[in-house]
Amino acid sequence: MHMADALLAPAVAATMYVASTTAAGVSIHHLKKDDEPQKLPVMAVTSALVFAGQMINYTIPGTGSSGHMCGGMMLSALLGPYAGFLSMIVILAIQCLFFADGGLMALGANVWNMAFYGCFVGYFLIWRPIMGSKWFGEGKSAQRARIIAASVIGCIVTLQLGAFSVVLETSLSGITELPFGAFVALMQPIHLAIGLVEGLITSAVLVFIYESRPELLQGVDLEEGGSAKRSLKSVVAIIAVVALVVGGGLSLLASSNPDGLEWALFGNADGGYSTNMGLDEENFGVESSVADTAGSIQEKTSFLPDYAFPGSESAAGTTVSGIVGSAMVAGVAILICLAGGFFRRKKKTT
Amino acid sequence: MNKMQKALAELSEMDELAARQSPIHALHPAAKLIATIAYILVTLSFDKYDLNGIVPMVLWPILLFQISGVEVRTCFYKLRIVLPLVMAVGLFNPFFDKEIMLRVGGLAISGGVISMITLMLKGVFCLMASFLLMATTRIDNLCAALRKMRVPSMLVTLLLLTYRYVGVMTEELAIMTDAYHLRAPGQKGIQISAWGSFLGQLLLRSMDRAQELYSSMMLRGYHQHFHYADIKPFKARDGLYVAVCIIVFLLLRYVDVAQLLGGLFVR
Repeated sequence: MHMADALLAPAVAATMYVASTTAAGVSIHHLKKDDEPQKLPVMAVTSALVFAGQMINYTIPGTGSSGHMCGGMMLSALLGPYAGFLSMIVILAIQCLFFADGGLMALGANVWNMAFYGCFVGYFLIWRPIMGSKWFGEGKSAQRARIIAASVIGCIVTLQLGAFSVVLETSLSGITELPFGAFVALMQPIHLAIGLVEGLITSAVLVFIYESRPELLQGVDLEEGGSAKRSLKSVVAIIAVVALVVGGGLSLLASSNPDGLEWALFGNADGGYSTNMGLDEENFGVESSVADTAGSIQEKTSFLPDYAFPGSESAAGTTVSGIVGSAMVAGVAILICLAGGFFRRKKKTT
Repeated sequence: MNKMQKALAELSEMDELAARQSPIHALHPAAKLIATIAYILVTLSFDKYDLNGIVPMVLWPILLFQISGVEVRTCFYKLRIVLPLVMAVGLFNPFFDKEIMLRVGGLAISGGVISMITLMLKGVFCLMASFLLMATTRIDNLCAALRKMRVPSMLVTLLLLTYRYVGVMTEELAIMTDAYHLRAPGQKGIQISAWGSFLGQLLLRSMDRAQELYSSMMLRGYHQHFHYADIKPFKARDGLYVAVCIIVFLLLRYVDVAQLLGGLFVR
């Protein structure tokens, strides 16, 4: 979900920077107030671990594919929302600076889409209420079930919010011609599946921590009650079955409608959307201006008939001289490269 | 080589590039950071159909590649991460924006194609700018510059510490992954029975390690502020570099260089 710089307009990028910086300022203020200097190395080591841990491929049983864990939920469950948020900022900054995953100007948006929702929404609205509730009853097994529920719901909700923000930011930037509705229909279902898998993986790690060192988890009641032990595998299996049933039901429901992208491209006449995208499914690729153009090119490909460039003055102001100029820029770029090589060779010989 | 080992190799390559000597490496990190941000902002501000305008923006990164001696190949390897997403978004443009904007010798080019190419160029140029910043600047120098620019100490120290530990953790996980696969040949990824314990065990060890790290930092005199050994002063040439860069970017933004150059030859 890492956005590249190219997907954002400067105004949107700046707005997202302001929003993320404000959230970072609030987090720093809270952490300073807590005055726990020993937390900084813990944050650093944990974020380094989460950074590396996101590269692990977890095999999803019954499928050939693999999933990854959800960083924001994991960090806020281990470090709390404020420290988790700062740790996520740092992870995203390293990913962007050293691995080109994201962009320098898109960092503000990426922090918002992944860290803000994952840490603040995920912690305050999902993790803490669920962990503080009496869901699943009392005792250790109930606590484990709550951790799994909070992780799965948290990851699904925060990923959905993040994906929606990506669509919103890209559309506001005027980058894509893909209509907003179609873009949403494309992004949300994919991230629903990703969120579910990420949630299950995150919950597995958090349940392991709970079993070994429960005091490391935020908002977990350390008072142990009942003894009925339910294995992690069985809880994961129950949630997976529920997810399959829900997913299957949703897909059955969805199959009565055209595919999201197909709907977006060609419209759904039954639903009254036949004109919203402007494409005609029957004639698509058969009779279109592009096909006509391609046909006319085919007729003329043996030799270019003339260089009259009819209608080369375009709405975008792109003229033949512009193209020639761009070619010259390319020439200048090559010259710079040659000059650079020349200077370096000269340096080596001295 | 597994995913983590590749990441480690990429990290050490960036470190080696940043440790080289060149006029660009010698510039103050803050100057490079400001120039990079200005470049990206100007590049992003071009209209989606302004292909003519954006092409000359390539000159700045190319010039920097040449002066710094950093290989373009290393940067283009990173395009594998940026381009798919940009392309996924941009590839829809030709389908939705079919208004013909340009005819060249009978070939009709739609607005969607132009905006798709512009978007891809924006992606490549911004990547080159960020890459050049990190390939010519050491992370500790960048952090020192960020502190000078009043970025909160907590965030900067966290960035530096995390960067140090990213190498350690990635290496440990790479070894663990190799060990796991050697014991479970033919398995792709980590099986569900080890989902929790695989990372969980390392996480528990890491928490203890963090406590030891804090103790060692305290013994070395850490008092919530990190001291940077090599802080470069911001010299006049750094200021000049920023000023020249910004003027050139603005010129490239508001003067259609491609059009002007082409106009010399085509009427």
